[in-house]
Amino acid sequence: MSIKKTYEEINEKIRSGKAVVLTAEEVSVMGRELSPAEIVKKVDVVTTATFGAMCSSGAFINFGHADPPIRMEKIRLNGVPVYEGLAAVDTYVGATACDPEKPEYGGAHVIQDLVEGKELELEAWGKGTDCYPRKYIKTRISKETVNEMFLFNPRNAYQNYNVAVNTTDTIKYTYMGSLLPNLRNATYSTSGELSPLLNDPEFRTIGMGTRIFLGGAEGYVSWPGTQFNTSKPKNEHGVPVSNSATLAVIGDLKQMSSDYLQAAYYEKYGVSLFVGIGIPIPVLDEDMARRLTIRNEQIETTVLDYGTVGTPALGRVNYEQLRSGQIKVNGKKVRTAPVSSLSKARKIANLLKEQVQQGSFELVKPVMMFPKNTSLNGLKEEGGES
Amino acid sequence: MKKKRYLLKFPPQSGDKALSYHLVKDYDIRINILKAEVRPGKTGSLVLELAGTSDNLKKGISWLKDNQVSCEPLDKQIQWNQSRCIHCGNCTAVCFSGALTMDQNWELNFNSDKCIVCELCVPACPLNLFEIDFR
Repeated sequence: MSIKKTYEEINEKIRSGKAVVLTAEEVSVMGRELSPAEIVKKVDVVTTATFGAMCSSGAFINFGHADPPIRMEKIRLNGVPVYEGLAAVDTYVGATACDPEKPEYGGAHVIQDLVEGKELELEAWGKGTDCYPRKYIKTRISKETVNEMFLFNPRNAYQNYNVAVNTTDTIKYTYMGSLLPNLRNATYSTSGELSPLLNDPEFRTIGMGTRIFLGGAEGYVSWPGTQFNTSKPKNEHGVPVSNSATLAVIGDLKQMSSDYLQAAYYEKYGVSLFVGIGIPIPVLDEDMARRLTIRNEQIETTVLDYGTVGTPALGRVNYEQLRSGQIKVNGKKVRTAPVSSLSKARKIANLLKEQVQQGSFELVKPVMMFPKNTSLNGLKEEGGES
Repeated sequence: MKKKRYLLKFPPQSGDKALSYHLVKDYDIRINILKAEVRPGKTGSLVLELAGTSDNLKKGISWLKDNQVSCEPLDKQIQWNQSRCIHCGNCTAVCFSGALTMDQNWELNFNSDKCIVCELCVPACPLNLFEIDFR
């Protein structure tokens, strides 16, 4: 009979320091020699990770009340406009927010500065009400002075992502980096066989409530991410061949570190935030073991032309090819470059592995699983054809 | 023996002259072509590393100028703030001289000898970790 393990059994092993933990890269190597049945017997937990620019990120902050109090209706943090529609002194700092006059410093930089303990200038305006008479305040805040600050990222950790190229004769500046003209480079983003959602493509263990590593601290999966899409085509190894599912994640920003949370600015595109995410996956049974041994050559993704309207697909490649430094597109050899950090992702996977081995990171069974059949709506213009 | 990098710009009519041949043959200058943009009938540019005795370098450059080729010493270099690097790889996407590469551990490696100071890495780095250093 095949072996099945429960979360309770695995957590008991973690507590007693006896859990066998490997990174997803290590278990992929093991999968060349051992069958899924043998891997379930040997391995309890596999750690996955990613460290890439995730634009749909941000932080909630509560500043505390001044005396007399103000109902903040326009707020600037180091000059960056942040959300003013949340009661009197709550805000949401969107990672990509910025003052158009100063596009190189944005919400992500505000978040990084806060994490690093720096003082930021807060300026806020209100109309003045009977209960909030103050109309203006200018002061300095830091992670020590604010009440709460927590990261809440609506769309992170994409399950696979496309490769970006540019077939036009002018350089294109994108969130996938600087794309040189005439197919002179190709960029790719995920950590391949180490990437969280590529190791649990059916979301059997990752769901609402899953405890994760987020930005250097403990975090949680709070919801399926925005643009969560399960209807993308999959290859014979069961992984989608383009960007599909995503995660909404949450965690205490005060505990995080800029080693795993880094602000970024892309030329002629804008601001984004590099987010480090690690997810431990329990090896519950043979099916999970088989999923976790997936290798780069089995994970395929789609090459898209970012230079052309509608980003047409130009072919399909796998991550082994992408990491070799060269792929073929339209019959032409094209140099590849990553735009997310594999070395940082490996650091996170190893750190999480240590934490699970040492008993300081137990697994949480999802309290609710992700939806199985979702697809995306586009956005139609008013009066456009339906 | 001195080694120095130069940016050469020449008018369309100089495109058919064997510039490097004369530098080697007449002035005993060793040439390493770092970057070349030569199109028939258009203004061309070359980034060269020239090695030779001070005297020969001087004479060679003077000969270039006599032939309507402008010759500016390349006194710039790229500085990389390594300690803050997250090794994302964005700069390697635009580095065609092969100065910026990912090593076997997927960490960034900067070989300044290969750098031709094309400056594409400066805006390509999302953390703004490259600076042009004017010596």
